[in-house]
Amino acid sequence: MFGLELSTVWFCLIAVLWVGYFTLEGFDFGVGMLLPVLARDDRERRVMINTIGPVWDGNEVWVLTAGGATFAAFPEWYATLFSGFYLPLLLILLALIVRGVAFEYRHQRPGATWAGWWDRVIIVGSFVPALLWGVAFANIVHGVPIDADKEFAGSLWTLLNPYALLGGLVTLTLFLTHGAMFVALKTEGDIRHRARALAVKVGAVAAVLAVVFLVWTQAHTGNGGSAVLFALAALALVAGLLMAARGREGWAFLGTFVTLALAVAGLFVALFPDVMPTTLADGLSLTTSNASATDYTLKVMTIVALVFTPLVLCYQAWTYWVFRRRIGVHHLPDAELEHGGPRPTASPA
Amino acid sequence: MDSVLDLARWQFGIVTVYHFFFVPLTIGLSFLVALMETLWLTTKREEWLRLTKFFGKLFLINIAMGVVTGIVQEFQFGMNWSDYSRFVGDVFGAPLAIEALLAFFLESTFIGLWIFGWDKLPRGLHAACMWIVHLGTLASSWFILAANSWMQHPVGYVYNPDTGRAELRDFWAVMFNKVQLGTFPHVIGAAYMTGAAFVIGVSAWLYVRGRRDDQRLHRRSIRMGAWVLFGAGIVVAFTGDVQGKIMTDVQPMKMAAAEALWDTSDSCAPFSVFTIGTRDGKEKKWALEVPCVLSFLATGHFDQKVHGINELREQYQQQYGSDPGARYYTPDDYTPIVPVTYWTFRWMMGLGAAGAGGAALILWLTRKGRTPTSRWFAPLAISVPLFVLFANSMGWIFTEMGRQPWVVFGVMTTRNAVSPGVSAGEVWASLLSFSLLYLVLAVVEISLLRRVIRQGPDEFVEPPSPSLRPPADDADRPLTFAY
Ligand code: HDD
Ligand code: HEM
Ligand code: HEM
Repeated sequence: MFGLELSTVWFCLIAVLWVGYFTLEGFDFGVGMLLPVLARDDRERRVMINTIGPVWDGNEVWVLTAGGATFAAFPEWYATLFSGFYLPLLLILLALIVRGVAFEYRHQRPGATWAGWWDRVIIVGSFVPALLWGVAFANIVHGVPIDADKEFAGSLWTLLNPYALLGGLVTLTLFLTHGAMFVALKTEGDIRHRARALAVKVGAVAAVLAVVFLVWTQAHTGNGGSAVLFALAALALVAGLLMAARGREGWAFLGTFVTLALAVAGLFVALFPDVMPTTLADGLSLTTSNASATDYTLKVMTIVALVFTPLVLCYQAWTYWVFRRRIGVHHLPDAELEHGGPRPTASPA
Repeated sequence: MDSVLDLARWQFGIVTVYHFFFVPLTIGLSFLVALMETLWLTTKREEWLRLTKFFGKLFLINIAMGVVTGIVQEFQFGMNWSDYSRFVGDVFGAPLAIEALLAFFLESTFIGLWIFGWDKLPRGLHAACMWIVHLGTLASSWFILAANSWMQHPVGYVYNPDTGRAELRDFWAVMFNKVQLGTFPHVIGAAYMTGAAFVIGVSAWLYVRGRRDDQRLHRRSIRMGAWVLFGAGIVVAFTGDVQGKIMTDVQPMKMAAAEALWDTSDSCAPFSVFTIGTRDGKEKKWALEVPCVLSFLATGHFDQKVHGINELREQYQQQYGSDPGARYYTPDDYTPIVPVTYWTFRWMMGLGAAGAGGAALILWLTRKGRTPTSRWFAPLAISVPLFVLFANSMGWIFTEMGRQPWVVFGVMTTRNAVSPGVSAGEVWASLLSFSLLYLVLAVVEISLLRRVIRQGPDEFVEPPSPSLRPPADDADRPLTFAY
């Protein structure tokens, strides 16, 4: 296709899927982690949860698609990555499981204890993946020991190096900022102002960490393309924070959105043409050519992706449009939580 | 039990069977809820809206578990079965990726619209959302079952000795594998049975224990469920029969193991309904047999030959080399664990038949406006969903265990599929943590379902009838629904 290797096309598409995941689920992780910080009472916690209620599940599917696409397009990458990063991935999966259940079950029963437990689950369930995806990504870009059998030859401790931990802190703080921006954009009343103020503060910390991390990455594996993308990402973050400080919430959210998109894209550009570099002997790295599926499979997948990705984007965008209204505490129908009795009959489903 | 292989197999079996408790309910209930909402729109009967909302609530409690247990499914091939993933990724990965792109996005996006959209979407569009969710569940099943059918009967690929892996040559052959064509309607039929049985069980309980003035409403949903259960039961029995023949053709050992038929039977092989035998399934002491039925199940003729395990084992040994399962399956190489296949096959059919029979009985008891009075009515109706649910698990355990020692039939053994670099400790960690978490979540889920069922359907409230472009004064209107 246009002289491009199909495996390169799929490397790009997988990058797009991860960009989609980090920019979208990034803010709902942020909202989850900020529950104890931004909300003063149960009603405000409910406001926050309801800003992401209709969309978090759709956001999560980006990572499932990224996983499936990696399996299909780069089987070796899928196999080495997920068997190698076994324990961190296990923790992420456990967190995603409990978090998903928590959103759906929190409102099903009255009682502050019940809701309180699920709140904790949401907080931890958002924190763990927000941190660990960063650790995992930093390790992929940095390289890990991969032996001649294409197997990961390190241990858990190999993965917990300073660079990777910094990467974890970067995603953690960026998601917090992104989440706070989202709350500022989608709510009204007090909480909106608190969210905006917090976004600026956390954003400043995130900016410092991100710049250190991106410079480190650039020095280690960067190239011209990644340098440009990283610089633009940093600019977008600064612009976003300035917009937040001036009360322009839409622009501010766009700022963190673009920051995440460019930073993730930059990491993939820095990675290319490797998909998982090794720290052992040269020539053992997994690359887009030695880890990929056959051209036939890639062709089938390309056709499917070209037809259906635009469709997915359309209806996901439409969902955000349907739920475009800001919400505040006065919009919430009473929950059983507050009056203790059976839930009012007006509440559907 | 400390080999990585054993642990990984237990883990796979546990998490997958668990996922498949929620899946058939999701598929079946999304259909029934969509149908109820459509009936409300067309008949304007308040009862249908009350039922839509009530079963919608139960549906959401269920799908939440289906979704989160599915996440593990997507990644566990890489974690525990990395050599499998390397070997088959070129063929097997595509349906998985396409499933995510086509089906999961559809389900998860439109379920959000359905839950929160009562006051935002026009009524017809709102009902359409549930139909789209249902379509998503069907698409999801299609692709995942195509992947599984390929493991049962690999087609459309070649083995490339240079790369040492299976490579896709014909995508359509994989999508329309003959095993898939039998499996898909069978599994979907079984899922409709499950959803319908759930509706029957819940409504019957409320019919007996709930508010008296709601009895008419529950009678309606009981009969709706019973019709669907009965109809789907016929589809399942019919397609199951088709599957039996395909299976005899592509995996004759599975059919022999399903009957514990050690020696080839030259004509008119009997089907045993029940056998008392030794633990390893090698000798039978007493059996209740129906003549010639096995021949019919396997071949479509009452007097045809059915190959036995002993003969097939020799044949497999000649075809595939001495024995791929040697380290694992000695001395019965190429032979699945016979008591497991024998009994799961029977429990699948027996429990499913009991469910469908129960539906027929319920239709009879409630015929022509009659109200069921028998003391047996409630216990019967409440056990129907359990029968059907476990029939599903039994069917899958039979299918997957009957394929052993192969993971991809005739191509790769399960022993060779496991991750070489993963330690027993790691698999223990995930096996234990998933099992414990799943146990806790099962308790939570069941208690929530009980609570919502006890409350019964809410009173009728005319729902809003919004347009997509709300008026300007809309901004302060409270939400109809929020978490
Ligand atoms: C309500 C559930 C249910 C009921 C009543 C039945 N089945 Fe079934 N059966 C399943 C649920 C199921 C299943 C769980 O959905 C399986 C597992 C894999 C598959 O394709 O469907 C299955 C598999 C399965 C297989 C294995 C296919 C293979 O391994 O290739 C056969 C031969 C049958 N069934 C045959 C039957 C027959 C002859 C039935 C009775 C009349 C029957 N099933 C009733
Ligand atoms: C497309 C869907 C499926 C795929 C790709 C699949 C794949 C596999 C694989 C790779 C194994 C080998 C590992 C092992 O032996 O434990 C296996 C075994 C197994 N699978 Fe499936 N499976 C699918 C569907 C299901 C479903 C829906 C169920 C049950 C509800 C199920 C139940 C089992 C069980 C019980 C085993 C264990 C067999 C054993 O331990 O020997 N599978 N399956
Ligand atoms: C071992 C193979 C399987 C994998 C990898 C898998 C993967 C998944 C994933 C990732 C989800 C979550 C989707 C979301 O977030 O919305 C899911 C849900 C679902 N799966 Fe599975 N699944 C497997 C087996 C099956 C089988 C055999 C069927 C059906 C025959 C099935 C049908 C469904 C359906 C209908 C849903 C959506 C409804 C629900 O969540 O309950 N799955 N699956």
